[in-house]
Amino acid sequence: MFFNFIDELREAGIKASFKEHLTLLEALDKDVIDQTPEAFYYLSRATFVKDEGLLDRFDQVFNKVFKGLLTDYGQKPVDVPEDWLKAVAEKFLSPEEMEAIKALGSWEEIMETLKKRLEEQQKRHQGGSKWVGTGGTSPYGNSGYNPEGVRIGGESKHKRALKVWEKREFANLDNTRELGTRNIKIALRRLRRFAREGNAEELDLDATIDGTAKQGWLDIHMRAERKNAVKVLLFLDVGGSMDPWIKLCEELFSAASSEFKNLEFFYFHNCLYESVWKDNRRRWSERTPTWDILHKFGHDYKVIFIGDAAMSPYEISHPGGSVEHFNEESGAVWVDRVSHIYPATVWLNPVPEKQWGYSQSTKMLKDMVGGSMFPLTLGGLDDAMRELTRKKH
Amino acid sequence: MTTLTPTQRFEGTKDYVATDDLKVAVNAAVLLRRPLLVKGEPGTGKTVLAHEIAKAVGAPLIEWNVKSTTKAQQGLYEYDAVARLRDGQLGDERVHDISNYIRRGKLWEAFTAPQLPVLLIDEIDKADIEFPNDLLQELDRMSFDVYETHERIEARERPIVVITSNNEKELPDAFLRRCFFHYIKFPDRETMQAIIDVHFPQIQKILVSKAMDIFYEVREVPGLKKKPSTSELLDWLKLLLNEDMPLDVLQNRDPAKAIPPLHGALLKNEQDVMLFEKLAFMARRQG
Repeated sequence: MFFNFIDELREAGIKASFKEHLTLLEALDKDVIDQTPEAFYYLSRATFVKDEGLLDRFDQVFNKVFKGLLTDYGQKPVDVPEDWLKAVAEKFLSPEEMEAIKALGSWEEIMETLKKRLEEQQKRHQGGSKWVGTGGTSPYGNSGYNPEGVRIGGESKHKRALKVWEKREFANLDNTRELGTRNIKIALRRLRRFAREGNAEELDLDATIDGTAKQGWLDIHMRAERKNAVKVLLFLDVGGSMDPWIKLCEELFSAASSEFKNLEFFYFHNCLYESVWKDNRRRWSERTPTWDILHKFGHDYKVIFIGDAAMSPYEISHPGGSVEHFNEESGAVWVDRVSHIYPATVWLNPVPEKQWGYSQSTKMLKDMVGGSMFPLTLGGLDDAMRELTRKKH
Repeated sequence: MTTLTPTQRFEGTKDYVATDDLKVAVNAAVLLRRPLLVKGEPGTGKTVLAHEIAKAVGAPLIEWNVKSTTKAQQGLYEYDAVARLRDGQLGDERVHDISNYIRRGKLWEAFTAPQLPVLLIDEIDKADIEFPNDLLQELDRMSFDVYETHERIEARERPIVVITSNNEKELPDAFLRRCFFHYIKFPDRETMQAIIDVHFPQIQKILVSKAMDIFYEVREVPGLKKKPSTSELLDWLKLLLNEDMPLDVLQNRDPAKAIPPLHGALLKNEQDVMLFEKLAFMARRQG
């Protein structure tokens, strides 16, 4: 039952599993719900969707899978004059098909097939919004049928009332929504690695008991507190094409600085070259050579680049390509160095992922960081953090 | 003992307005005895839901409030080694029986309760990321082992479990698979009206209508740090009633005074109040 429903859900990125499917069937078996489409929708939603960000997607899938199947449910059957049906049937079914269906059985089956045919026709020729209610000018020719009768499976019923899932009330909760500081913090929390470092300040109860039992006197053991030991190097692109994303980057930065104790950040413009800076007002006077950074911070640091990666390809590939100064070594060399020294390197790009294909420089940089370029959305940030956690050191 | 049978369903209670989708989710969870995970904006009645289910089913409620320091093990049992160590040095007789030092957790309580209980695990996302994973087996099989005494605690009947989350942390997939999920969305006007009717049956219709206008207006203001939610509206109405706020204060609102009367109940954030003052200032300037 409902196998195509599961397939469609999985295709849409909702992780529906076999277990949940069984749960749904069990619930149906135990008559948890009344037999109405709405109740079934609510039940399957409660079973399959575990994240409000996916509710909207679920609504769309549900609509796609069950549209047409549910529209007739629970309504009184439409009265169709038999002679009209015959007339239409002759028009849409070949005589052989008519015979085949008749051989199979009842009028209902013929009607079913007919309905499907009509719907197909409607899609192919009409774009699906006009053919009922056009009175005498039916696209199907004047075969003398009653226009009321055409309504089987037709428009009027679809318009009867907007189904709950058609309202798509959860559209604005979708995962791809923009970030707020709080959400960013939650995403960044993925990147946690607890370790006991620093002074022993906490009573280690187990070791104390152990020691006391062995020694016969109260043998106190202390240990260091558990802390998030992850270390992060942040490189932020500023100026120029990054201006539209300032607010987003600010939010990310404020979230990151409260989340990670060991956070170092540096600014660059467009592409990483031989020096970076920490204060934008003194970007020309106080610069840090990139080599110093690579020497100073151990290879267990995780590196996050934030930039739109949109520039002329020469700015990356050629020495002297920078728009601001003469760079002896190309940007590509520098980005390469970073991603070799720090295996855990990702690039966060505020530009919507759809547009990346239009920019050659984006593709180049993406290749240079081993394909780990992610859009600066909640979902993308999540993926990026997962990627960073996956790469040890 | 009363439990929900297929003919007897959760329909909300006289103090709690349940939407159709919520009813379906609750009934599914109760009948199949799977945990029900509830999310939603703060103040939309997640925790209250567990209380109301318990009331509707006529079952006692066992509350487990999770904090950032809560460990999964604490829900099962705790072995008080320090007390035993102390008793051992004092030569207490109790020290020979280890079960004297086992403290039962909320899950144990729920499993062995004489009457089928509703177990509320409140704000599960507050705990460490591993917390839900550590409870997987226990919630699935409804049993666990006590290693110190080699006994196995099994639930006589699977308790009804309600779990709330504020979305501070993502829950693991394996955990989610075992739950029914419901997202309490912010109530629309109709539902809100029903909720108010339940809480203030005597209130003037016109006052409610005006108050709701203002309330939804406030929620619409872009850039609010914390949008007021159902519980704030109810508090505000209570205040308006207590203060005997004359109706025309709500009715003839001066756009230059963008801040609603007694706004303290609606706006809980300094910056939000400032925002409203700014809006009022701009309205005055335009006027």
